[in-house]
Amino acid sequence: MRLTVNRRTVVVKAHPLTRLLDVLREECGLTGTKEGCGEGECGACTVLIDGQPVNSCLVPVAHARGTRITTIEGLAGSHPLQRAFVEQGGAQCGICTPGMIMAAAALGPHPTLEEIRTGLAGNLCRCTGYTAIYRSIQRASRR
Amino acid sequence: MPKRAVGRNVRRKEGGDKVTGRARYVDDLRFEDILYVRTIRSTVPAGEIVDIRYGFDRAGFTVVDHRDIPGRNVVALIEDDQPSLVEFRVRHVAEPILLLAHSDRTTLAEARVSIACRETTPNFDPERSDTCFKSIAIEKGEIERGMAEADLIVEGEYRTGHQEQLYIEPNGVIAVPENGGITVYGSLQCPYYVHRALMVLLGLPAEKVRVVQTETGGGFGGKEEYPSMIAGHAALVAMKSGRPAKLIYDRVEDMLATTKRHPAIVRHRTGVKKDGRLTAMEIDVVLDGGAYATLSSVVLSRGMIHAAGPYRCDHVRARGRVMMTNTPPNGAFRGFGAPQTQFAVEVHMDAIADRLGIDPLKLRERNALRPGDTTATGQKLGRDCSALQVLREAGRRTSFSRRRKALEGTNRGIGLSLFFHGSGFTGGGEVKLASRASLALTGRGVQVRVASTEIGQGTRTMHAQIVAETLGVPYDQIDVSAADTSIVPDSGPTVASRTCMIVGRLLQRCAEEMRARLGGLTPSAYFRKHGGFVITKQYEPPPGLAWNEDAYRGDAYGSYGWACDVVEVEVDPVTYQATPVAFTTVHEIGRAIHPLLAAGQIEGGSLQGLGYALLEEVVMRDGRMANAQLTNYIIPTTLDTPPMEVRILERPYQHGPFGAKGVGEMPIDGPAPAVVNALRHAGVVLSEIPATPEKIMKGTMKRSG
Repeated sequence: MRLTVNRRTVVVKAHPLTRLLDVLREECGLTGTKEGCGEGECGACTVLIDGQPVNSCLVPVAHARGTRITTIEGLAGSHPLQRAFVEQGGAQCGICTPGMIMAAAALGPHPTLEEIRTGLAGNLCRCTGYTAIYRSIQRASRR
Repeated sequence: MPKRAVGRNVRRKEGGDKVTGRARYVDDLRFEDILYVRTIRSTVPAGEIVDIRYGFDRAGFTVVDHRDIPGRNVVALIEDDQPSLVEFRVRHVAEPILLLAHSDRTTLAEARVSIACRETTPNFDPERSDTCFKSIAIEKGEIERGMAEADLIVEGEYRTGHQEQLYIEPNGVIAVPENGGITVYGSLQCPYYVHRALMVLLGLPAEKVRVVQTETGGGFGGKEEYPSMIAGHAALVAMKSGRPAKLIYDRVEDMLATTKRHPAIVRHRTGVKKDGRLTAMEIDVVLDGGAYATLSSVVLSRGMIHAAGPYRCDHVRARGRVMMTNTPPNGAFRGFGAPQTQFAVEVHMDAIADRLGIDPLKLRERNALRPGDTTATGQKLGRDCSALQVLREAGRRTSFSRRRKALEGTNRGIGLSLFFHGSGFTGGGEVKLASRASLALTGRGVQVRVASTEIGQGTRTMHAQIVAETLGVPYDQIDVSAADTSIVPDSGPTVASRTCMIVGRLLQRCAEEMRARLGGLTPSAYFRKHGGFVITKQYEPPPGLAWNEDAYRGDAYGSYGWACDVVEVEVDPVTYQATPVAFTTVHEIGRAIHPLLAAGQIEGGSLQGLGYALLEEVVMRDGRMANAQLTNYIIPTTLDTPPMEVRILERPYQHGPFGAKGVGEMPIDGPAPAVVNALRHAGVVLSEIPATPEKIMKGTMKRSG
């Protein structure tokens, strides 16, 4: 099966019902996408499919065929959100951070606080109390 | 001179790796020829194993039971009462019995084992248990005299339930057989706890055991002692098979099997004068320890020392015990006993205020500890006692008393809590730990070598700041070693709000000596001229710190942080759901080495406390967690989080690095009582958390009926 991950075409051998999360982590070696619960509650495995955030633990890889998949590695380290999360304390233990940043990346350029809160409601963070995450996203949107 | 490091929001050491996905957590590591491990567990809360049958072809499997343990079959900690693998007696659901390992995860998952147990009668009620893990008594003054002086005696009973740490990365380790010994990589807080447990379990000398912390996706106490269990299991498979063994729990297994916060029942009987002055406090604490002793004795200790709250009272009697029940063992969780006992005393204070018709803030103002006062253990407080300051600051910032009047008769309430938290291990605990920290000058620069782990709180960054500031070297030039027992000395566990105040102070002393040795040269110039060296310092108690463990008298902790929370809660009159709508907290922490990180601890800990107050309920059914998944064990999301205002006050502690005290745990002590007090103000009288709609409905009826 051919997938487009972070603008590259990759050929994967996995069974079509394999979770996209496992294909990304194991076949593509993209371990930035994390597993926190395996049931679509925590959002640690959030990636973008055609720009929309999805829980990759709930997506059979077959569903991702013909789409554009973007993972945290696809942001290349220079995205304003990545810089802001470091500077504003948006990342503590870091395990929710890739998923949180991907969900934030799907919010559009200048989200309001209410849009941020609603947009991130499916991404759990146990460290920050979310306050620093809001601040990070708002800072990034000003750049 | 380089820019100052302490007090500035310098760039987090591992921040770049965490935002790019480069940071390597245990599940991200790859080893050749690896085996996956699965744990076979008990399904009954009490009984004896009578038969084990394997319903699969064992070819290709490594199967481990208690007979494969080369050393002692215990998870070595304090009491050594908990087996690594059950021999025949089962004491709780999800107790590990067998380990299966295979190179293919599907084959592993499909393997069937049936275990027949002769069930015995379990006990789930700590008050009916006949096994006491630990009891503690604190006596100050004469309780009868204090009660006789009172105008009024107020009684109350308060209950708190389990709470799951719910780090987003579940427990996990990889064990690799190496050099005739074992190396374990894992998500953990305390490398040397695991190191010692592996030596005992495997019968190996210290040099044959190596423990390396991988990037760790949250701990909150849940990775304090439990990793010793899971590391032992992976190591047994690795030793038997001669192959790397990976054991990562999924979320359900993690919630079913691992430690949680101890449920508590706390009873207060308090003597007060009409003007609100406390004359006597009699407190009885019962903690549910679960099936094995784990760290329960120390949890009880911290709970008891904080049980009378941050109040002056001449006559205190506090008695507590932690009892065995047939549920999975409870253990470390941020706050460590103090959230339970301070919940009780703070809700009780509002009950007293209600009875006396005094504003809750005024009642606390009257009784708050001042410098020179003594705590329940008789510890005389120094100038950094800030109970009044945090109370007044929080009251001022929220216009508490005015707002309270304004909300009268609405479906909103406002409540506060005043609390404190001892930094570091209790009394003699730090002396016994005798922690060490090292600072090395190498060809690559100055390197911090400590066993303190980075679990999100910012250990690496904060330690490097302390060293940079002391040495007068730029922060960026300070490197921090991985927490790898083959490199770093035993700095004690990363727990008890001690990583900054205790280990940070050790590093400051190392850096002071290094600075003297450099004699004005830069580290690299010195290295080129004279070569490298390593400085190691060991903990020494501050002069005059005295603690009597037998009598529970004296200086319980080196210092305390002080804090006050104010929360506004709205109760939906139809659904009985309570929503926190505004949260303000004032924390006095000595000195904020990195203000942004310190605020991050306070914001995150406060939200965990709001979860504890309102949402987080572990439902135990026949000794088994019935809601062991994120779908129905609810932690706060963005939409459950009120706007939070955090104010940090700094009153330096003379023996902390640059005046710093601990900060990590304190924030979780305050939100639950503040919420319940706000609910009382809104007309809902509760004495138990979490304040779920069901409880609020009952509380409302009690009030109106």
